[in-house]
Amino acid sequence: MNWGSAAEFFAMGGYADYVWGAYGITVLVIVAELLSLARRKRTCLRRISRRVTLQESER
Amino acid sequence: MEAVLDATPDRRTGLLAVFSSVVQRDLLLAMRRRADVLTSFFFFIIVVSLFPLGVGPEPNTLREIAPGVVWVAALLASMLALHRLLAADYADGTLEQLVLSPKPLSLLMLGKMLAHWLVTGIPLILIAPLLGLQFDLPGPALAVMALGLLLGTPVLSMLGAIGAALTLGVRGASGLIALLVLPLYIPVLIFGAGAVSAAVSGLSVEGHLSMLAAFLLFSAVIAPWAAAAAVRIAVE
Amino acid sequence: MALNIWRFASPQVIYPIAGRMIPGFMLAAAVLALAGLYIGFFVAPTDFQQGESYRIIFIHVPAAWMSMLIYVVMAFWCAIGMIMRTRLSFMMALALAPTGALMTFIALWTGALWGKPAWGTWWVWDARLTSELILLFLYIGFLSLHAAIDDVRRADRAAGLLALVGVINVPIIYFSVQWWNTLHQGASVSLTRAPSMASTMLAGMLIMVLSAWMYSIAASLMRLRIIILEREADADWVQEQIVPIAQGAKP
Repeated sequence: MNWGSAAEFFAMGGYADYVWGAYGITVLVIVAELLSLARRKRTCLRRISRRVTLQESER
Repeated sequence: MEAVLDATPDRRTGLLAVFSSVVQRDLLLAMRRRADVLTSFFFFIIVVSLFPLGVGPEPNTLREIAPGVVWVAALLASMLALHRLLAADYADGTLEQLVLSPKPLSLLMLGKMLAHWLVTGIPLILIAPLLGLQFDLPGPALAVMALGLLLGTPVLSMLGAIGAALTLGVRGASGLIALLVLPLYIPVLIFGAGAVSAAVSGLSVEGHLSMLAAFLLFSAVIAPWAAAAAVRIAVE
Repeated sequence: MALNIWRFASPQVIYPIAGRMIPGFMLAAAVLALAGLYIGFFVAPTDFQQGESYRIIFIHVPAAWMSMLIYVVMAFWCAIGMIMRTRLSFMMALALAPTGALMTFIALWTGALWGKPAWGTWWVWDARLTSELILLFLYIGFLSLHAAIDDVRRADRAAGLLALVGVINVPIIYFSVQWWNTLHQGASVSLTRAPSMASTMLAGMLIMVLSAWMYSIAASLMRLRIIILEREADADWVQEQIVPIAQGAKP
């Protein structure tokens, strides 16, 4: 085990800004990708289903 | 263009004749729109001349940045003229005729690349040593710079033609060409500027120049074929 | 019995298969990431030269590897698409590109944050970082060209050709940059010092690489499904099978 306490772990031996900056942005980027994928899918499905409803009402 | 398209047997329709007629036609068109040609030429001169004003007139600094400055300016100037390479032919339907002609399209593309180089590359090569003098480059370095440009600028024209063909009829084409083509220019920039730097510090330039020659041969094989494929995609 | 592989080249067939595969890959990515980070932070010892700052390696190297691999895979699918004229191959390539660009961005960002403590500056023109930057330009060029052309078929093939030209150039660019870097005697500290690395460091890094693989596959499959839906919006199978499910989910 490398760390004596939680505080020591978060301090990263004085490199906290660099290490957590790197990991933080990575997590942020991945979450942003997944969220944007979910939103893109929702809008796409909504558009298609609206078109289907429109076609059915025309029939 | 008639010489290219007309396949009647009494005309000279050998591959070389077709090739040279494409080159001649493009040169003729370029001469008719001389302002266009001069634009990229003066663009090159102005960009290079801006650097001493921005960096300061210290001769040692200038000698150090000269290779990179001249080469980057050459990249940009060659790129500036790319939209002319195919756009007009695409707009007036000539390109479609070229695609339909029985001659190999890649050969016709090679002719267009050569014409582009003759019009934009050659003036750069001729004026570059003069600009090099402004940067206090020694004589041998000037000769190496001209030789490097002689080997490198055809590569720029050939790779650029691929970018021009890919962006035919696309909105925002001129900005897009820069995005597509400049990353591909990087090896030429590195070895072209590297050759001049080596000459300035009295090192051997043979390695750099042979790399440039290798790029030239490689792109002469790949680029006409890729540009032809890109034109087919655009015209279809 | 001749299994018809071409069946799998149809978007309609791939859509549900990809849907079933995504949770598995996501789960694998999460589990591997947890395992890799546990080893990386709690088992791997402190580096005697770089202290704790080296722990950035557990995302930097996987992201850098993925960014290059994804470009090659993307070009592979483009080549298949050009030769076989399958629509799905181009959709795969297009689905991979944004994830590849993100990986490139992560590699650059973490490289800069690692460079500051290691070299004392945020950015050095080191061969690896410079190539990574050029790779980002190549991804952006691919995506921009695709986005600029309205006709999907033409956009697919034009961007595909660009990816092929790019992938031929990547080794040349990498070699040139490497050569340029040694010439200018820039940073001599390489970010990956494999030989001197403790075996637990290496293990943590390789597990993170696997996790990055799994995540990239999952994310691109998700994007692939969306691209299929967008392009096949008028197809019967979408309107008959997908829409009822979507509408049932939120009445």
